[in-house]
Amino acid sequence: MILMAKLTREQKAYKQWADSRKPGPSLGRNIVVAYIVGGLICTLGQGVLNYFVSQGMSPKEAGGPTAAVMILLGALLTGLGIYDRLGKFAGAGSFVPITGFANSIVAPALEYKREGYVLGVGARMFQIAGPVLVYGMSTAWLVGLVHWLIHK
Amino acid sequence: MDFVYAFLVGGAICALGQLIFDLTPLTPAHVLVLFVSSGAILSGLGVYELLIDFGGAGATIPLPGFGHTLTSGVIQEMEANGFWGIFSGVMENASVGLVAAVVIGLLVSLLFNPKG
Repeated sequence: MILMAKLTREQKAYKQWADSRKPGPSLGRNIVVAYIVGGLICTLGQGVLNYFVSQGMSPKEAGGPTAAVMILLGALLTGLGIYDRLGKFAGAGSFVPITGFANSIVAPALEYKREGYVLGVGARMFQIAGPVLVYGMSTAWLVGLVHWLIHK
Repeated sequence: MDFVYAFLVGGAICALGQLIFDLTPLTPAHVLVLFVSSGAILSGLGVYELLIDFGGAGATIPLPGFGHTLTSGVIQEMEANGFWGIFSGVMENASVGLVAAVVIGLLVSLLFNPKG
């Protein structure tokens, strides 16, 4: 703000003009990239699911192990510093799949590691996963209640 | 063909997340909370099951699929064991994913150090 005050009127006008021409991150580009990256992560998940089904599980039974494998992948790529770079590039394409849920657990745990294993790693792991669990579990609980009231 | 449907459905859910993220002041955490709760509600309405029949992992891997996993466990348990399944059922199907996320998350956090 101090810098702004020192600008002359001409400089202000120029700054306004320049800002209006600055290429902003385009909505279209973001959506296409999110679609492609998110779609590819799900395609990989389908491959893992198909593997477990080929080992004799039903698609429903295979859901848990598939989630576990994808979580392992997301967590490892976060540890290696790759997933956060993917996140900058792909936005929701990387944070909406379950690999992004793993990233949301590992990334803050690593970042706050120097605050210790209890208050750093242990507490910060749930910075984003916590709200997701609180509202996800409570919504499912409520849906169960409504379902029970309707059907009993 | 299941790969194509997984790509189409999974990509569409992520693109919707990006749309919400770009057009509203919501952070990724808000979008994830919105998605997991929406998935839980759509599951109760019987809609999410149809999406999984069509999109397979394209519907289960994105976060609304986790909401479905939570709700399907509750309804399943309440139908099998009566009212008190409302508590035990929440983690019935979701426990694998949740425990995997916590344990693997901790292991990776112990093994690696922050980059940059």
